[in-house]
Amino acid sequence: MPLSGAPYGKHQIVLPEPFDESLKDAPIDLEIRIEMFRKQHQIRQLEKRLYTLFLEGLVRGTSHQSMGMEATSAAFGVALRPDDYSFNTYRGHGHTVARGVPPEPIIAELLGKATGLVGGKGGSMHLTSVEHGMMGSYAIIGAHLCIANGAAWSAKLRGTDQVAVAFFGDGATNIGAFHEAVNYAANYRLGTIFVCENNLYMEYTPIAEVTPVKHPAADRAPAYGLDATIVDGNDADAVYLAARAAIERARTGGGPSIIEAKTYRHGGHSRADPGKYRPDLEVEAWLDHDPIPMYHQRLLDLGVGEDRLTAIIQEVAAEIDRAAAAAKSAPEPPAEALWTNVWANGGSQWRN
Amino acid sequence: MAELTYREAVAAGIAQEMRRDPSVVFLGEDVGGAGGVFKTTAGLLEEFGPDRVVDTPISEQAILGAAMGAAMTGLRPIAEIMFSDFFAVCWDFVANEIAKSRYMTDGMVGCPLVIRSGNGAGLRFGAQHSQSIENWAMAVPGVKVVAPSTPKDLIGLMAASVRDPDPVLLFEHKALYPSKGEVPEGEIVDELGKARVLRDGSDATVVALALMVPRALEAADRLAAEGIHLTVIDVRSLVPLDTATILRSVAGTSRLFTVEENPRLCGWGAEICSIVSEEAFWDLDGPIVRITTPHLPLASAPNLEDLALPDADRIAATIKAALG
Repeated sequence: MPLSGAPYGKHQIVLPEPFDESLKDAPIDLEIRIEMFRKQHQIRQLEKRLYTLFLEGLVRGTSHQSMGMEATSAAFGVALRPDDYSFNTYRGHGHTVARGVPPEPIIAELLGKATGLVGGKGGSMHLTSVEHGMMGSYAIIGAHLCIANGAAWSAKLRGTDQVAVAFFGDGATNIGAFHEAVNYAANYRLGTIFVCENNLYMEYTPIAEVTPVKHPAADRAPAYGLDATIVDGNDADAVYLAARAAIERARTGGGPSIIEAKTYRHGGHSRADPGKYRPDLEVEAWLDHDPIPMYHQRLLDLGVGEDRLTAIIQEVAAEIDRAAAAAKSAPEPPAEALWTNVWANGGSQWRN
Repeated sequence: MAELTYREAVAAGIAQEMRRDPSVVFLGEDVGGAGGVFKTTAGLLEEFGPDRVVDTPISEQAILGAAMGAAMTGLRPIAEIMFSDFFAVCWDFVANEIAKSRYMTDGMVGCPLVIRSGNGAGLRFGAQHSQSIENWAMAVPGVKVVAPSTPKDLIGLMAASVRDPDPVLLFEHKALYPSKGEVPEGEIVDELGKARVLRDGSDATVVALALMVPRALEAADRLAAEGIHLTVIDVRSLVPLDTATILRSVAGTSRLFTVEENPRLCGWGAEICSIVSEEAFWDLDGPIVRITTPHLPLASAPNLEDLALPDADRIAATIKAALG
């Protein structure tokens, strides 16, 4: 039995808090806001196209989409410096786009093409682009929180002020690596920023049914001497303000931060999951709490013209069209690629 | 030339590399202030300071994660996992993360790091602190695996491992820490993937690793007195594996014995036997014989632990019987 005592699929629903309208007046430069608007659209439109390509039978294996969760990655993508490090989960398409990676190699990677971001060897769950500071997408829950600490440690020893961000889901807060990583970062005051995107469901099971505290990341922070920030993860401005503060703290030697961003996936956990375990009322409420239409309206309220926003949306759409066409026509990886890049010498030889 | 213990060679090897390259850092449980639970790392904190020699919490995942993240971003970490048995609580980092990052990213992300660990039995520590797990490690594509048997090899293979651009697991044998050996003056840098022929004999080839090397040599001494002459090869490096040296030797002796401390099933010797039987079958004059720890957990009672591990008596008797 779930801890709540409710039968499977009949758990307590969690509705979103209304958007905080006062954030319209937050001290955020308008051009930064427009960039967050663009990134949210880049992510949404890419995810929609990937879904279409899946329905066409062109995307094999599994993948994990982030429709509905764009605001958090977009805000961090704008708040981070290009030389900062970010570490994603396997639900990492959006976080990859947010760091400035163009859509074509991402689509090509999911299509298993030679022009894929990692040559077709990683797939959806292992998108990586070191030149964009995007240090990998990690598919074993929790590991990359520990790895992000290493990047933050390295920055400290090398005398740079780069920070390392680890994004993770609510489910990761119950694995040992989360606790090891947060303790470690706090103890050595590393510039690691732990960002929990709490979308209420670990995979199929509500996080509330397997976790004795209300906020799975934030409520654990005091155990490590940290304050946590809880934000509306669907409001790019809210996330941006939290990100800016955490980044500043990390850059200036103030140590790690935990941010819990409340959000919701529009779809299921993965390809195989229609998400039917979620009550209709909850799904509808969160679909209404969509980050993108809200942000569109906020920018209009701030005096940005509809024509400018429409132009951005159209530019993004055209780029996705071009990228998808190019990815579709790209060749498969050559057979020789099977044998390359196990070792730094480019090969895979293990004996003489 | 100076005589060092295998224990002292650990710190000497790490210090040699830390002096040479400021990007080499060292982390692990009790490695700094305490100088290591086996006193293998004494003096490093004093010489290199707490920025480069880090006493960590008991958090093996955090240790290997920090090492990996640092290696990805410009440092050359050496991480200690105190007992190799503890790899079981951080194996994700070895098998899924560190080993695979280069392949999964098609060469974009490398992890030039060393994980060193106290491996093997002989200290009566029981089933969870005595295992030889080098065969677990070699089963994972993407990590290199070495296990030196002498102080000189320990320093040289440590240096080679630190300088290697790929991740290396270096297994120190706990029972060898008090053993002594001559170590030349000056910098020592060895090579991964090279076995060493320690003794030449025409009747059979014996390949051994770590603690099994001195035991195989002792068995060879005893059999020599009976007119049986063995070639003894210290494998030293399981990945890359120097099959050429082994195949060349078997071509001359026509018999092969492996002496393995890890439990029987899928021990490293099984892979060598497979290679030799495929590629040197017509050189062989008799069956290949594996001398191993039985497929058992290890007991802590001294007599039971001794019964489990191959010793010179068992090695000599097995070889003598097989050679008829």
